[in-house]
Amino acid sequence: MAKVLIPTPLRQYVDKKDVVEASGASVAEVLTGVVTAHPSLKKQIYSDEGKLRSFVNVYVNDEDIRYLDKEKTAVTDADTLSIVPSIAGGR
Amino acid sequence: MPLSQEEILRYSRHLIMPEVGMEGQLKLKAASVLLVGTGGLGAPLAMYLTAAGIGRIGLVDFDVVDHTNLHRQVIHGTKDVGKPKIDSAIETMHDINPNVVIDRHEVALTSENALEIIKNYDIVVDGTDNFPTRYLVNDACVLLGKPNVYGSIFRFEGQATVFAYEGGPCYRCLYAEPPPPGLVPSCAEGGVLGILPGVIGLIQATETVKLILGIGEPLKGRLLLYDALNMKFRELKLRRNPECPICGEHSTIKELIDYQEFCGIPQKQEEVPVTGDITVTEVKAKLDRKDDFTFVDVREPHEWQICRIEGTTLIPMNDVPKRLGELDQDAEIVVHCKMGGRSAKVVDFLKANGYPKARNMVGGILEWSAKIDPSVPKY
Repeated sequence: MAKVLIPTPLRQYVDKKDVVEASGASVAEVLTGVVTAHPSLKKQIYSDEGKLRSFVNVYVNDEDIRYLDKEKTAVTDADTLSIVPSIAGGR
Repeated sequence: MPLSQEEILRYSRHLIMPEVGMEGQLKLKAASVLLVGTGGLGAPLAMYLTAAGIGRIGLVDFDVVDHTNLHRQVIHGTKDVGKPKIDSAIETMHDINPNVVIDRHEVALTSENALEIIKNYDIVVDGTDNFPTRYLVNDACVLLGKPNVYGSIFRFEGQATVFAYEGGPCYRCLYAEPPPPGLVPSCAEGGVLGILPGVIGLIQATETVKLILGIGEPLKGRLLLYDALNMKFRELKLRRNPECPICGEHSTIKELIDYQEFCGIPQKQEEVPVTGDITVTEVKAKLDRKDDFTFVDVREPHEWQICRIEGTTLIPMNDVPKRLGELDQDAEIVVHCKMGGRSAKVVDFLKANGYPKARNMVGGILEWSAKIDPSVPKY
C-alpha cells in the first residue's frame, strides 16, 4: 500500500488522520482508493467532471505528477504521495 | 555610503563573518525590500530585516491592529490596538534600528498601484492573507522581473519558496488557479498556531537576506513544506510550467488583471437579503415571543466551549448529513455559526434535503454579540 500524506485543511475529511494508505498501481488508482474509503474528500480534490482540481497538486515523492505521467504515473508500495492544496494565510 | 561607527558596532557579528563582512553589510544597506502585509508573516519579517540592516524597507498595509492579531503579530503590542498597523510597525522598526529608511504605503495593493509601488524595490516579500493579492503580487513581480519571496500559513502548516527568480517558476506555475471562494478557509475561519508565522516569516527573511548577499542556495524551484505538529520539513520540486499564462513561453497575461474577478469573488453590491436569511434581531424577537423553532449551532465543539447562545443545539457542519434525523422537516429551523458562512452552506443543504423552513442567521454569533448580547465573547 502506498502512503498518502494529507495536509491540514483536508484532514477533517479523513477522520483527522495526517497519513492514509491505499493500494493501486497508479496515482489514479491510489487516490480512488482514498476517496472510496473517505467519500467526503472526493469533492474537495476532484471537480464535478472528475478531474483533479487545479488548486490541488499531487506529488509522488518529491515530484509533481504534472511533470511525470499525470494521474497515470506508476506508484509502488514504497512511494509516498502528497496532496498539496493552495493555502493563502499570512496574517 | 560607508557604515558609521554606530553601524559598525551594531552589525559587528555580521562583519566578523567572511560570508557577510563589510561587503555584504553594504549590500544589505544598499538593498530595498517591499513587505506586502505587516501581519503574521510581515511582523517577524519586518523586525528581523530591520535589525539586519536592510537600507530601505517598504510596508504595504491599511489594516488596524485588533486584539485577535496579538497572539502572533509580534511587531504590534497591546498598546497599539486600534492604531493603523503601519504606524505601529514603523514605531517598532524605528526602535530596533533607526538607520533603516521605511516607506509607508498605507493602501491596499491593487492592479492600479502595484506596478508603481513594486518597481521601486529589489525584492518583494509576500505576507498577504488572500488569493487575489497573492496572484496580484505574483503577476506584478513576473512583469517587473522582481523576485517574490513567498510564504503562506494555515493552522499548523506552512509553505515557502522564492518565485520568479532568475528564470525560476512563479506562483501560477505552482497553482494555475485559486480555489473557489469559501472552499479553503482563511486564518480567521480556520485558525493559526500563533508561533507558525514566526517560523515561515523567518524562512522568508532568511531567503531575502541570502538573495541580497548572493550566498548559499536560494529556495528557488523548491517548495518547502513545514508541518509544526510533526516538526517536519519536506521539500517538493517546483518546475516552471512552459504553459504558464504569465511566465510561460506563450504567455497570455501582459498586464495586471482584475484579481477579485479572477478569484471568483463577487463584487460588493449584494447587501440585499437572500431568501432564507434572518437577522439576529428577528431571532431575538422569536426567542422573546417563545416561538416554536429549532435553533442550531453548526460550529465545532471547541468553538461551542468558547461561547454559545442559550437554547441552541450543537450540530457541527460536517455532522449535519448524518444527524439529519434529529431535525423535524416541518419545523422552522434557524442555523448559525461564527460569521454566517458555514450556516449559509448548511441552510442550502437543508433546503435541498427537504427542510424548506431552514433559515440562516446572518453574521453569526459575532453579530449576536455585537447587536444583542455583548456578554457573549467575540473570538
